[in-house]
Amino acid sequence: MNTIELIANFAYIVSAALFIYGLKMLGSPATARKGNFLSSMGMLIAVIAGLTAHSIVSYEMIIVGIIIGSIIGALAARLVEMTSMPEMVALFNGSGGGASLLVGWATLYNDGVSTFTAVTVILAILIGGVTLTGSLLAYGKLSERIGSGAIVFNGQRIVNSLILIGLIGSSVMLVMDPSPDSVWFYAVLGLSLLLGIMAVIPIGGADMPVVISLLNSYSGIAACAAGFAINNNILIVAGSLVGASGIILTNIMCKAMNRSLANVLFSGFGAVKQGKAIEGEVKPISVEDAYYILEAAQNVCFVPGYGMAVAQAQHVVKELGEILEANGAEVSYAIHPVAGRMPGHMNVLLAEADVPYEQLVEMDEINPKIENVDVAIIIGANDVVNPSAREDEDSPIYGMPIINVDKARTVFVLKRSMASGFSGVDNPLFFGENTRMLFGDAKESISGIVSEFN
Amino acid sequence: MELETIVFLTFILVLSIFLGFELISKVPATLHTPLMSGANAISGITLAGAFLSAGAAHSMGSEMATYLGTAAVAFATINVVGGYLVTDRMLAMFKSKNRGKK
Repeated sequence: MNTIELIANFAYIVSAALFIYGLKMLGSPATARKGNFLSSMGMLIAVIAGLTAHSIVSYEMIIVGIIIGSIIGALAARLVEMTSMPEMVALFNGSGGGASLLVGWATLYNDGVSTFTAVTVILAILIGGVTLTGSLLAYGKLSERIGSGAIVFNGQRIVNSLILIGLIGSSVMLVMDPSPDSVWFYAVLGLSLLLGIMAVIPIGGADMPVVISLLNSYSGIAACAAGFAINNNILIVAGSLVGASGIILTNIMCKAMNRSLANVLFSGFGAVKQGKAIEGEVKPISVEDAYYILEAAQNVCFVPGYGMAVAQAQHVVKELGEILEANGAEVSYAIHPVAGRMPGHMNVLLAEADVPYEQLVEMDEINPKIENVDVAIIIGANDVVNPSAREDEDSPIYGMPIINVDKARTVFVLKRSMASGFSGVDNPLFFGENTRMLFGDAKESISGIVSEFN
Repeated sequence: MELETIVFLTFILVLSIFLGFELISKVPATLHTPLMSGANAISGITLAGAFLSAGAAHSMGSEMATYLGTAAVAFATINVVGGYLVTDRMLAMFKSKNRGKK
C-alpha cells in the first residue's frame, strides 16, 4: 500500500463513520436533516478518496459521467412531487442496481479475474440486474403507465424455475472461464434482467410498499457484491447498511399486513375468496351536518390513505385540522404503516402541508386511545381501517393489524363511491352504526367543511 | 484474491450488517420515506468503484470497460446527488410544533 492509498483508506473510515452517525441522527425528526448532511459529507469524502486510486489514468470519462448524473439527479430531486415519491425511490433503486451491474460487468475486463472475484461479479450482475428491471417495472406499476394489478399466469413457477436453473448453470460456466465475451456472460446478464421482471409482475399495486422496500435492500446488497468484486471496504459497509435498512422496512410492511414475505412475493393477492357478505345500511351525510358534528367535537383524528395523495387533499386537511384546533379540539393524524404506496408516504405528505410531526401518530399509539376520539375522519383509506381484519375469520385480510376507527364515537368516511379497496374486500365499517359516509372528492368535501367554519 | 482479504472483507460485511440493523430499527415510522431515499443516496457509493473502471487503462485493449464504467458513474451520481437532495427537501418539511407556529 503506498501513501496515497493509505490516506484513501483512512478517508474511507471517516466516511463510514459519517454514514453511521448520519443514520443514527435519522432517529428523530429534529436531528434528521443534519444527519442527512453528515451522510452527504461522508459521501463526498469517499468520492474524493476514490478518485485518488492509482489505477485511474484518465479523468475525462469520469467527469462526463458525473456531469450527466448530477444534472439528472438534481433535476429529479427538485421537480418531483411529494405524492410521486414512491415512483422516484423506485427509479433510484433501479439506477443503484444498474450502477452495480455495470461495475461488475466492467470488472470482467480486468486481467486474471480470480474465481472468488468472478463469483462476486456474478452476484453483482445478478442482484443489480434484478434490481434494475424489477424497479423499472415497479415504477411502471406505481405510475400506472402499465396496469398495476398482479399478473399471474399458468406455469409461472415453471418459467421462473427454468430461469433460475439457467442462471445457476450459466453462472457456473462463467466462473470457470470469466470473460465478458463468452456466451455464458450474456446468458447471466439476460436471465438476471428477465428474473427482475418475472419477480415483480405477480405483485399487485397494494403490495408495492413491500416491493419498493425489498428492491431498496437489493440495491444495497448489489453494491456490497460490487465491493467484494473490486475489493473495496467502503462499498461493503455502505451497501450492507442500505441492505439492512431495506430488509427492516420490508419486514415492518409484511407484519403490518399480517403476511409473510413469500406470500407477498408469490401469491398475487386479490384472487382470494370473499369474506362474509355484509348487511346493513349506508348512512350518507351532508357537508353541513358534518360541520355541526365537527364543531362540537373535542377530539378529532384524521386517518389518511393513498386516496388523500390521489386527491392532493393534504393541504386542505391541514387547514381543517388547524381550524378544529382553534375551535378547542385535540387533533391528531393516525398513520397505518402500509398507508400509501411506500413506508412513511403519508407522513411526508402531511409534513409537506406543514403538519407538525408531533401530531403524526402511529397505529399502536392511537388504538388504545381510540374510544376517546369523538370523530375519526377517514380520507382515502380503506383496508387499513377494515374491522373484518379483526372480526371475520373468513376475510382475506383477517389478522392484519388495523386502526380501530370503528370504536371511535363517530366515523366519517370520505369516499368517491362504494367501491372496495385495493384488496377488493368489502368493508363493514361503511355500514357501521356510528359511521357516516361523506361521498365525493375528498378535497372538495373538506374544503366544503372548512368554508362552513368560516 | 488472497484468502486473507476475503476473510477481512467478510468480517467488515458481518459487522456492518449488525450495525445497520441496530441503527435502522431506531428510525421512527414517520421518517421511513426519507430513510429510503437516503439509502438510495448511500447506495450510490458504487461511484467509488465505478471510477476504477471509467478511468483505468485497460490492458486488454477494450474500450468497452471504460464506457461501462462511465455509464456506472452516471447512474451512481444520479443516486448520490438526487438521493441527498430529495432527502434534504423532505426533511426540511418536518417541523416541530414549537417552530411550526409562527
